[in-house]
Amino acid sequence: MTKQSIQTIKMGLMAISLFALVACSSTSDTEESAMDGEASSSSGSSNNGSARTNPGSTSGQLTQEEIRAQNALRQTVFYFDFDIAEFKPADRETLSFHARDLAANSSKRIRLEGHGDERGTREYNLALGERRANSVLNYLIVNGASRSQIEVVSYGEEQPAQAGQSDNAYSRNRRVEVISR
Amino acid sequence: MNLRKSLPSFLVCSLFLLSFSANAELSIQITQGSDNPIPIAVVPFSWQGNGVLSEDISQIVMNDLEQVGEFSPLSRSNMLSMPSEEQEVFYSDWRILAQDYLLVGKIDRTPGSQLVQVQYEFFDINREIKLAGEVLTGSVTQLRDIAHEISNVVFEQVTGTRGAFTSEILYVVAEYMNPERTNFRLEKADYDGQRAQILLESVEPIMSPSWSPTGRDVAYVSFETELPRIYIQNIATGDRRQITNYPNLNSSPEWSPDGTKLAMVLSKDGSPDIYVQDLTTNQLIRVTDHPLIDTEPSWTADSKSIIFMSERTGQPQIYQIELGASSFNVERLTYDCFQCLNAKFLPDGVNLVHVRRETRQDPNYQIAVLNIETLRVITLTNTSLDESPSIAPNGSMIMYATKFNGRGVLDAVSIDGAVRFRLPSTQGDVREPAWSPFLN
Repeated sequence: MTKQSIQTIKMGLMAISLFALVACSSTSDTEESAMDGEASSSSGSSNNGSARTNPGSTSGQLTQEEIRAQNALRQTVFYFDFDIAEFKPADRETLSFHARDLAANSSKRIRLEGHGDERGTREYNLALGERRANSVLNYLIVNGASRSQIEVVSYGEEQPAQAGQSDNAYSRNRRVEVISR
Repeated sequence: MNLRKSLPSFLVCSLFLLSFSANAELSIQITQGSDNPIPIAVVPFSWQGNGVLSEDISQIVMNDLEQVGEFSPLSRSNMLSMPSEEQEVFYSDWRILAQDYLLVGKIDRTPGSQLVQVQYEFFDINREIKLAGEVLTGSVTQLRDIAHEISNVVFEQVTGTRGAFTSEILYVVAEYMNPERTNFRLEKADYDGQRAQILLESVEPIMSPSWSPTGRDVAYVSFETELPRIYIQNIATGDRRQITNYPNLNSSPEWSPDGTKLAMVLSKDGSPDIYVQDLTTNQLIRVTDHPLIDTEPSWTADSKSIIFMSERTGQPQIYQIELGASSFNVERLTYDCFQCLNAKFLPDGVNLVHVRRETRQDPNYQIAVLNIETLRVITLTNTSLDESPSIAPNGSMIMYATKFNGRGVLDAVSIDGAVRFRLPSTQGDVREPAWSPFLN
């Protein structure tokens, strides 16, 4: 059995336990999404907490769960550690919401774009970007998304989010972006 | 005795078809010269025609010889005489100036045509003999080609190694326009960065240019369909075709030295592996099969084996596999580095040029050469983001991409590390140099 499939099973187990966790928990996730929101460029910074700025619901009040889902879906950029192809454990819950959103909307299509920082060779970073995007892909599938809803592409180090050789630029460039199609 | 010879006519055609030039012309800077260069006098060539020639042939030859570091051309202002042919040469004039070699020449209009003929003669001062001489004929736009031809002759006469001054380079330029748009260009230029031409422009990334062994075609990766796919383009005509459309990653095309196959990286079967496509039958053969990353294929000179990078032991290392062998039958070539990547053999088949990260703690990527018989390693660069090494067709120099003042530039270093020059760009980030094979 390959390392990858062992990993997939591990993720599946994690996902199952996460469902249980999410069903019980009500408060602990806001802090986490705020942290992630700070780093993500496109998802903006006004995404955590306030139900009053989201008058989209026809039935009036949003449940806590719906608010959390909305916030999670606004986070579309996920950051990675240097030389690491697996997404950060802190992003699991947010990605679970993305997966459930795809499962609930079978016509929805997304593209996962994997990126790396400029250290290491271009071809290696291209391959690493694909592994990063695949790490997100596998998690989304295990959590209910369909493979046919998701396209994966790696840009390697060719499209940095931030130019320059600083650690800050590097950490912003090691990412997977979820693009709605 | 003079030999009559004209430059190939396809050169005229390609210059006509690709007469638009890139706006980011590169110009060369010598950053480190040889310790003990050979003194050589290159006398300005006399010009018998009317008007002023667009190119200074002897200056181009001087630049060529100085750039590769083995030579130290004599300043024109120190010359005691300016001969343009053998009868005017007095060896004593040059011996006084401690010169070892002398190049003289003259340029005439070819009677009844627009062509010019360039006669040159090359002398060994110590032995007082003429080593070479011929007449080269071409159009005024080919003066640079003629000058590089003469440099080839001088270089080979003195060093015994074939000159690479008529070779060319491919490279990619990325020019940041605004947060939504970066322009990518595939360009071709003389080895010294002159006469840059745009072969392809795109707002999506272009990667991994690879010359065909004839120098007529280039394979590369373009994201123009928003997916990385491999294309082959004829350099002279611009005709191009997409040759892969497999799911997931299609990257790293590398022409076999015999021209019949293209090695590439595909992840259609799960993870990036090395494949070889036959360019005549389009048959695709899987070469490696491993769940971790295999990439950066390059060929051995006999077109029978492939060198590649794999992280199958946890970190990138270099391996070799014979075509047709079991995918388990892989030989590991590098051991003593934290990461060794992007390797290719020098023409001797023994020295392996590669990108090297020595230890986990030191995240610097440098260009190095490993002798696979003695296991001696020479690190050739001392900057931190060096990649994409490409070898001159005569094996004398390596061109690679690095960062200077935050910008992507192309540097070159001799394989002994003694000589360095840089091709700075005036616009954008320059990267992924690919040095051509011998083109004539």
